[in-house]
Amino acid sequence: MNNTMTTKDSSFIEQSARQRVKNVLDEGTMRELISPFDRITSPWLAKQGIVSQFDDGVVIARGTINGEQTVVAAIEGSFQGGSLGEVSGAKIAGALELAVEENENGNPMSAVLILETGGVRLQEANLGLAAIAEIQSAIVALRRYRPVVALVTGPVGCFGGMSISAALCSYIIMTREGRLGLNGPLVIEQEAGIAEYNASDRPFIWSVIGGKQRFESGLVDSYISDSQSSAREAVEQYLNQGVPEIHRSEKYSDLLEAFLRLDTQDHIAPHDAQQVLLEGVASHE
Amino acid sequence: MNNSVQTIPEMKAIHDNPSSHRGAQWFALLSHGFTKQNAIVPSVLVADGEYENRACRLIAVVPDLNNHFPRAVNGEVGLLEGMALAREVNAVVEADAHSETKRALVLIVDVPSQAYGRREETLGIHQALASAVSAYANARQNGHPIIALLVGRAMSGAYLAHGYQANRIIALSDEGVMVHAMGKAAAARVTQRTEAELDQLAAENPPMAYDLKSYASLGLIDNLLRVESATQPTPSDKHSVEQAITDALLDIQPKDTGISRRLSGEHRKASRQVRDLLKAQWTGA
Amino acid sequence: METLYFQRPASASQVQPSLVGYVGSGDLEVMIEPSHGECAEIHIQTSTAGSEVRWQQIIDQITPVIPLPAMRMDIHDFAATPGVIRLRIEQALEQAMSLGGSHHE
Repeated sequence: MNNTMTTKDSSFIEQSARQRVKNVLDEGTMRELISPFDRITSPWLAKQGIVSQFDDGVVIARGTINGEQTVVAAIEGSFQGGSLGEVSGAKIAGALELAVEENENGNPMSAVLILETGGVRLQEANLGLAAIAEIQSAIVALRRYRPVVALVTGPVGCFGGMSISAALCSYIIMTREGRLGLNGPLVIEQEAGIAEYNASDRPFIWSVIGGKQRFESGLVDSYISDSQSSAREAVEQYLNQGVPEIHRSEKYSDLLEAFLRLDTQDHIAPHDAQQVLLEGVASHE
Repeated sequence: MNNSVQTIPEMKAIHDNPSSHRGAQWFALLSHGFTKQNAIVPSVLVADGEYENRACRLIAVVPDLNNHFPRAVNGEVGLLEGMALAREVNAVVEADAHSETKRALVLIVDVPSQAYGRREETLGIHQALASAVSAYANARQNGHPIIALLVGRAMSGAYLAHGYQANRIIALSDEGVMVHAMGKAAAARVTQRTEAELDQLAAENPPMAYDLKSYASLGLIDNLLRVESATQPTPSDKHSVEQAITDALLDIQPKDTGISRRLSGEHRKASRQVRDLLKAQWTGA
Repeated sequence: METLYFQRPASASQVQPSLVGYVGSGDLEVMIEPSHGECAEIHIQTSTAGSEVRWQQIIDQITPVIPLPAMRMDIHDFAATPGVIRLRIEQALEQAMSLGGSHHE
């Protein structure tokens, strides 16, 4: 088999957060903010006997995409499952807040969020949760000016409070491997029982919250193959498209009546869910 | 002079179900004299009235034993609740779009969690909750003052959706008021500790703790309010709370549309430091 | 969690800041910054208790092969095996001592 993969086509999923940031930005334009060398680590982990990471699991950088100013935040899923604590949460929130300020001062600036996260880091619970609320506020403020694009590619996926953050974004890009859901499968299984949700049944999980299902349900905007160039192209496309006329989170509540009409005695098959979700969106237009 | 409020008709129905009825109780109490709106769904209560001549909408999420979605009967914020909240809040923003004075929103918060279930994940509960976050954040950023009144639990995704986008957070100083990212039993399982170990760690790590005093030390509560009883509020309690709400409304200036005041807490030093450093490095000169 | 410190005499090689790895289960992060002193300082935070001797052995295996520069090396280790530890330290040193710009990916 002839491997014709160039560097540009290498797997996006296998890359570290830092590599992903570098490769999504125009070559040579990445400038990392609060790099690991600044040694801003978690104030809370060492006390609990947990080893820190120098960037606290989040990479923030400024750069350009097709020459346009962009701030990129990427979560490193290998550290504490990508969960957000005080510092990592503040890095994302603070970067988005500064991007809002840029726009308020007449300097267009977009944001790209590369999300590999289980949500709140339980070792920092309430500070993680508060930071996520701040991230969400900043996304809503920023998306008035310029697109905020979310990339959920896996391997970790995007769960917890940050799945809500993704859903606030202007556009969401996913791969087959990616998963986007509010509650972690294991937590649902523990809360609701294995008949309701079997966390070990991978095909089942992906059939509900995987990238393909989410795309076919109209819950995400783009379904790409796992390659660096696809990721970059999709991001570019959305930055060019600009702010959507209405964000998904501003029209999703139109589905309320459709949900009330659903037969909820039994579970809803993924294919049927697609229909409900797409029709709801379509009927708005 | 103990004029018990238990004669209010709603209260009898509320007492019959095992979920927390604090939210419904406080809603009934505070909406006395307000115009109750027809509920889009029984679990989201809305009433319109005034505090000191300031028009205001009161909103609560309450248990609905007959919820169309069986995994959302105990006051959880589920699919319908997320969407109904978005509807009720967006309606206010739209109605006041050309008005100088923006109606205030007072959120009564007693939410045990987001809903956990297969139907929920299949239909995109993360997106439903994002609709509520979007509506609240948008309302605040458009100049609508938002006050969250914590009367019971304010947990994870539910609190993100209903409460955490407020300008001001008032909490009743009561053991039953609890803010966290995950219930203790589930958190113990996920972090592979015993609950006793979690308690020990929480003693030295305020962000992990479940008690209100620890939460308050994070600087996220604007007013910790003493009441005679959080579960059987007295007329004096009603008065204290209304006073606190009015004070908060008077305190919120028209330009005060952000939530950066939350950064001043004793235990948010790293959150401030991150933002300062981002700013210092932003222009990279 | 254990905090360890080692010091070794340094040779005069020039180094760039360098960072490799992540603090995932079975892995570690190794960061190198140049220093003006005459020794190589190695600061270690490790989740594996009682591992001081093992770290010493690993360092003693590396130093004859790669003369250590004047540097501060920080390691955040999450239960990596000696093989992985040695690999990451050598990776970090190679990056730090290579010419043409700092690498940290």
